[in-house]
Amino acid sequence: MKKLSVIAAGAALIAFAAGDAQAQATLDAIKKRGQVICGVSQSLPGFANPDAQGNWAGFDVDMCRAISAAIFGDAKRVKFVPTTAKERFTALQSGEVDLLARNTTWTMSRDVQLGFDFAGINFYDGQGFMAKKSLGVKSALELKGATVCTQTGTTTEQNLADFFRSNKMEYKVVAMEKNDEVLAAYDSGRCDVFTTDRSGLAADRTKLKVPNDHVILPEVISKEPLGPLSRHGDNNWNDIIRWSFFAMLNAEELGVDSKNVDEMKKSANPEIKRLLGVEGDFGKMLNLDNAWAYNIIKLVGNYGETYEKNVGPNTPIGLSRGVNALWSKGGLQYAPPIR
Amino acid sequence: MTTATETHQQKADLPPPAATVGIVGWLRENLFGSVPSTILTLLAAYILYLVVPPLVSWSIINATWTGADSNACKLADGARKDGACWIYIQAWIGGYMYGLYPYDLRWRIDIAAVLAVVMFAPLAIKRLPYKDLYGIAVILLYPVVAYFMFKGFIDFAPGAPGSTDHPWRVVQTDKWGGLALTLLIASVGIIASLPLGVLLALGRRSTMPIVSTFSVLFIELWRGVPLITVLFMSSVMLPLFLPEGVNFDKLLRALIGVTLFSAAYMAEVIRGGLQAIPKGQYEAAMALGLNYPRMMALIVLPQALRYVIPNIVNTFIGLFKDTTLVAIIGMFDLLGAIQLGNADPKWLGFSIEGYAFAAVLYFVFCYGMSRYSQHLERKLHTGHKKR
Repeated sequence: MKKLSVIAAGAALIAFAAGDAQAQATLDAIKKRGQVICGVSQSLPGFANPDAQGNWAGFDVDMCRAISAAIFGDAKRVKFVPTTAKERFTALQSGEVDLLARNTTWTMSRDVQLGFDFAGINFYDGQGFMAKKSLGVKSALELKGATVCTQTGTTTEQNLADFFRSNKMEYKVVAMEKNDEVLAAYDSGRCDVFTTDRSGLAADRTKLKVPNDHVILPEVISKEPLGPLSRHGDNNWNDIIRWSFFAMLNAEELGVDSKNVDEMKKSANPEIKRLLGVEGDFGKMLNLDNAWAYNIIKLVGNYGETYEKNVGPNTPIGLSRGVNALWSKGGLQYAPPIR
Repeated sequence: MTTATETHQQKADLPPPAATVGIVGWLRENLFGSVPSTILTLLAAYILYLVVPPLVSWSIINATWTGADSNACKLADGARKDGACWIYIQAWIGGYMYGLYPYDLRWRIDIAAVLAVVMFAPLAIKRLPYKDLYGIAVILLYPVVAYFMFKGFIDFAPGAPGSTDHPWRVVQTDKWGGLALTLLIASVGIIASLPLGVLLALGRRSTMPIVSTFSVLFIELWRGVPLITVLFMSSVMLPLFLPEGVNFDKLLRALIGVTLFSAAYMAEVIRGGLQAIPKGQYEAAMALGLNYPRMMALIVLPQALRYVIPNIVNTFIGLFKDTTLVAIIGMFDLLGAIQLGNADPKWLGFSIEGYAFAAVLYFVFCYGMSRYSQHLERKLHTGHKKR
């Protein structure tokens, strides 16, 4: 009887050890390899796009850099794998990439059925409308009888149908395969209204011949919460992604940015002390260095900084913070505290 | 009585009627010879009138040639100017040529290109001794040289000193791109698919059942699926069958797909040539006591290949343009690199210029191949040609 319990305890111990090793498998593989492999969009202005010298830049790209900074204390240890919309999930499932930071909408089927874990929502997107100023329309609810240009085979088309049906409005649709074709059709006057996700709407407006002749309407007709995701089954790795993002948000809320982060280390505020690793062992909990968040902020910046740099109002993408403002400023971005 | 001998003197020819010589005559003969021809001429002139002046004014007269950024191509209120914005092409030309290849290492690709010219140039000399041997040596050697110029020699661990600045550090194939990648895929496809195609064509005509069944199956299978499916399978499905973490080079997958695909087409083109060889040629070769390989290598293939030069080049041109399909598996060939440029936030809205530039480049290469094929036909012309 005693023997049996020893065996059982031994088996449990082995199982526990194996489970623990499994739990950190991705982080260990990344440390051994020396770089994070991050799946990004092939080219989406402001989110992930290389410049003419071949350097990646963008909002999603900065998320990858932040994770590299948290692990290695170096924001450049990332290999970017451009993935198409169709390839992206296979790439993550097969282990070709460690995480996806690729404008992916968090949906139930992706989270549950495909076996992924979303680490958070770093961008609240939603479908919006752009209309010709000459129509004199102030709201999407006045679009009765309008001709709408959209992309085929996307959720955009479905959302459009739902919106018009639930508001009992008639409309005509002109649908095309590629976004640039849709935009060209709109610009040449084949339709009155153009619809796509708001993250692309402002950039698309600058592509028109006379951008000032067009207005973006205030309505958002769908929920598109975008965020980074990893595979099921490695909670430590998902925690690292999640808390790297939360660290950026907390830093913005506490007023810590890449310029003042060194001074802030001397701050008396206990929340800042915990964030920057002056107090507590929060990095160790993630199997990282205690300066993990300090490195993210120093090398990449806080959430607001990456937003302003890549997609903010002063960039060609031209997106105001809107719902992506901090909760304390009327937005939806809210990070749990580090304690 | 004087006998006046008058030698008959022919009068000088009258000039041909004014309406049949010079420009007028040429016009009458070629453009306005009959009513239908006149109608077609006028129609063509009208179409040219519709197309050419706007094109010239867009691409040359109203175009923006100098400036620092995209504001030079826009009016004060942000609206586009009428003409083309060529400064976008100037800003992105490096990106188009090299894709995502590290900026500080682009000289390695330049060297590979210069070496290509230097190594292949002697083949243009007419009476080079051992030209055939030299040709084979260059074709076998150059890919190795080019591979190492592209890839580099020293594989640093990420983060190690030198991993970001050593001039001979390894550049993984996923960073290869732009025109360099297009030329690489096309030339590997072209060089590898021709011999494979010859083997498959011979296999299909073989009397050995296993060889011929295999060749038929291979050819029909690859011809029966679109290239886009082949590439897609290789990039999306294959990783699911491999164990987690095992990753087989994406470029290699694409190269194998493109090569096998065009080999199947090449095989059918060459089979067409083989069928045009009269039976007497085979019989004569056998009567001379040649065995099968020598009969094929010395008698049949040289004639068969000569017949089908236009078709072979046709397949090559098709292959060259099909390389753009690798863009759908996340590789940035010339067209993919141009799409990257179109998504650059600094240059939003100038995609027409990018695509126009791509069209010109593709035309230059395809037309070059076509001219070369005509040159080969003239050089090897053996009396089969009509004109």
